Amino acid sequence: MSAAIAPSNRKLIIRLALFSALMFPVGYALVPLYTVFCNFSGLNQVNLTGVPANSQVDMAREVNIEFDSNVHDMPWKFRPIQSHVSVHPGEVIQVEFEVVNTRNEAVTGQAIPSYGPREAGEFFKKLSCFCFEKQTLAAGESRRMPVVFVVERNLPKEIGTITLSYTFFEVEGNKRAEAKAVQAGS
Amino acid sequence: MEATAMGHADSHGHGHQPTGLMRWMTTTNHKDIGTMYLWFSFAMFIVGGCMAMTIRAELFQPGLQLLEPERFNQMTTLHGLIMVFGAIMPAFVGFANWMIPMQIGAADMAFGRLNNWSFWLLIPASILLVTSLFVPGGAPAAGWTLYPPLSVQLGMGMDLAIFAVHILGISSILGSINIITTILNLRAPGMTMMKLPMFAWTWLITAFLIIAVMPVFAGAVTMLLTDRHFGTTFFSASGGGDPVLFQHVFWFFGHPEVYIVILPGFGVVSQVISAFSRKPLFGYASMVYATASIAILSFFVWGHHMYTVGMPVTGQLYFMYATMLIAIPTGVKVFNWISTMWRGALTFETPMLFSLGFIFLFTMGGFSGLVLAMTPVDVQMQDTYYVVAHFHYTMVAGALFSAFAGAYYWLPKWTGHMYDETLGKIHFWLTMIFFNMTFFVQHFLGLAGMPRRIPDYALQFAEFNKISSIGAFGLGLSQLLFLYVVIKCIKGGPKAEAKSWDGATGLEWDLPSPAPYHTWETQPLVK
Repeated sequence: MSAAIAPSNRKLIIRLALFSALMFPVGYALVPLYTVFCNFSGLNQVNLTGVPANSQVDMAREVNIEFDSNVHDMPWKFRPIQSHVSVHPGEVIQVEFEVVNTRNEAVTGQAIPSYGPREAGEFFKKLSCFCFEKQTLAAGESRRMPVVFVVERNLPKEIGTITLSYTFFEVEGNKRAEAKAVQAGS
Repeated sequence: MEATAMGHADSHGHGHQPTGLMRWMTTTNHKDIGTMYLWFSFAMFIVGGCMAMTIRAELFQPGLQLLEPERFNQMTTLHGLIMVFGAIMPAFVGFANWMIPMQIGAADMAFGRLNNWSFWLLIPASILLVTSLFVPGGAPAAGWTLYPPLSVQLGMGMDLAIFAVHILGISSILGSINIITTILNLRAPGMTMMKLPMFAWTWLITAFLIIAVMPVFAGAVTMLLTDRHFGTTFFSASGGGDPVLFQHVFWFFGHPEVYIVILPGFGVVSQVISAFSRKPLFGYASMVYATASIAILSFFVWGHHMYTVGMPVTGQLYFMYATMLIAIPTGVKVFNWISTMWRGALTFETPMLFSLGFIFLFTMGGFSGLVLAMTPVDVQMQDTYYVVAHFHYTMVAGALFSAFAGAYYWLPKWTGHMYDETLGKIHFWLTMIFFNMTFFVQHFLGLAGMPRRIPDYALQFAEFNKISSIGAFGLGLSQLLFLYVVIKCIKGGPKAEAKSWDGATGLEWDLPSPAPYHTWETQPLVK
């Protein structure tokens, strides 16, 4: 072939190259289109469409949940963001606690929950809690930590208020024996 | 016309060209580039085939014998990527380079340098893919579909694969632009669109598919890349993304891709059947329209790969009916091939045998595709060996058989020698028998519930897996016979006439065999 490109070929190659260059952003355009289309049509809500709203919530009843926070011989400040919430049994609720490390070094702590009255404990189901694992805070660090819970519908009628109390214990290192000792102390 | 072509071959000898490696590095000749594409794809076919052998060796009996499960997953992933992007697509680009200019009466492809570049891009891409096996973490192991979240979590082998896909995509887009321009602008006077040989027609449509969907795939893997390294969350739910989104984008590319792989094969088979039936192709115009319909429909059926990932019934029904609709133009093609043979003067040379094998087996693959198109059935079969059997009936018995048909059909034109017909027939029968031995039993495995992409299986699957593995080893070894036949044909053999097959039609058979280095410098006049 000669070095010169025929004008008709040049015209066609420019068009074809432009077309394929445009198809690249089309791939990206599928991302917002997908979201828009799914929201518009509800197609992505596969597990939600036609399913009635959570029927497990007992709207007729309200239970008052009070929060209490303590630290056991630790340089931490620990408080619930809200002092109490009012919930319907069966409802999924999220609350938050705040903890601040006032010492000049990292400290590891483990929170131990307790319930008042005691028999409310078995009807109080925590789905997610900072007390499920040890918390390590760097020097001066403050942290907000969520608790997600459900109060079960079969909570005895006489219980109208539940107090959830957390106490933080210091865990020295990750040595099992010491951690056990701390737990035994509670 | 022959005299003209020969005259040019003499005056434009190889004397003033670079020799040795530099000749191949710098060549802009469509025949040289076609030859390189064909050899490259055969080399990749062997590499991907070795991976398939490894997979079947591991599956020869239950339990883990040869491979770590991670390696097994890398083998299935690379086997898929290499066979689709390294073997089948370049093979048909090789055919296109060799045959389309000769078939339409053009002196060369429209853009010679671009053509050279699109071939040489394949080399770094294939090196990237293969070397990913040796980096820490190994090759990508998320399947050739590269689904997140796995593909976001894998090691750096995945990055190599992503770059390889980028380069392969650029290569095939450049090749396609070249083919479209050649077919649209360089046809000989009188060669109207509806006189184009079927192979050129199917390639024209394929090339449009490639420039439409390869950039989308490049976009999808770029999103993977930025999710992996640059903090975007297109596919990660933790950042508001959705892994299912990748599947939609991927299959928007992926379904047209499977037609990219098969349509040029349709073209080859159409020409071979017509030649060995000594009749013009039945229903030429309907063939063209059917090919175009398949190509257009391919953009609207991607969801049938995703029935089980979560889709409302309305969506499933739409994709089910749209998918079944594709059976209509495909059926038109199959019936046209059969009608072409009807009352024809049939002879059964190797290209014809491979074409007949293609029709028989590809139709079976089409039927298992219809079975899988049905949502309630697919929910049972998703990711079982039934799917593996289905797509190997279309990819191997479809694309590979038609590539063999084309290779045997045009070998005399390329080399100037007739290949060894007896060995060719032996190659066909070995391939036919071992192919079915390998893949037919996989239908039963799938129906019985054996999942794909797993290195181990329950004991009740042992017998069929053993049969399948023995078939696979046979199928792999038989392909070495093909290599031998081709080399023997290049080295010598009975002299091929210009028109090597007495029923063959088309401009390429007006040229002497072997086709001179430069052909149709003076364009022929098509009546």
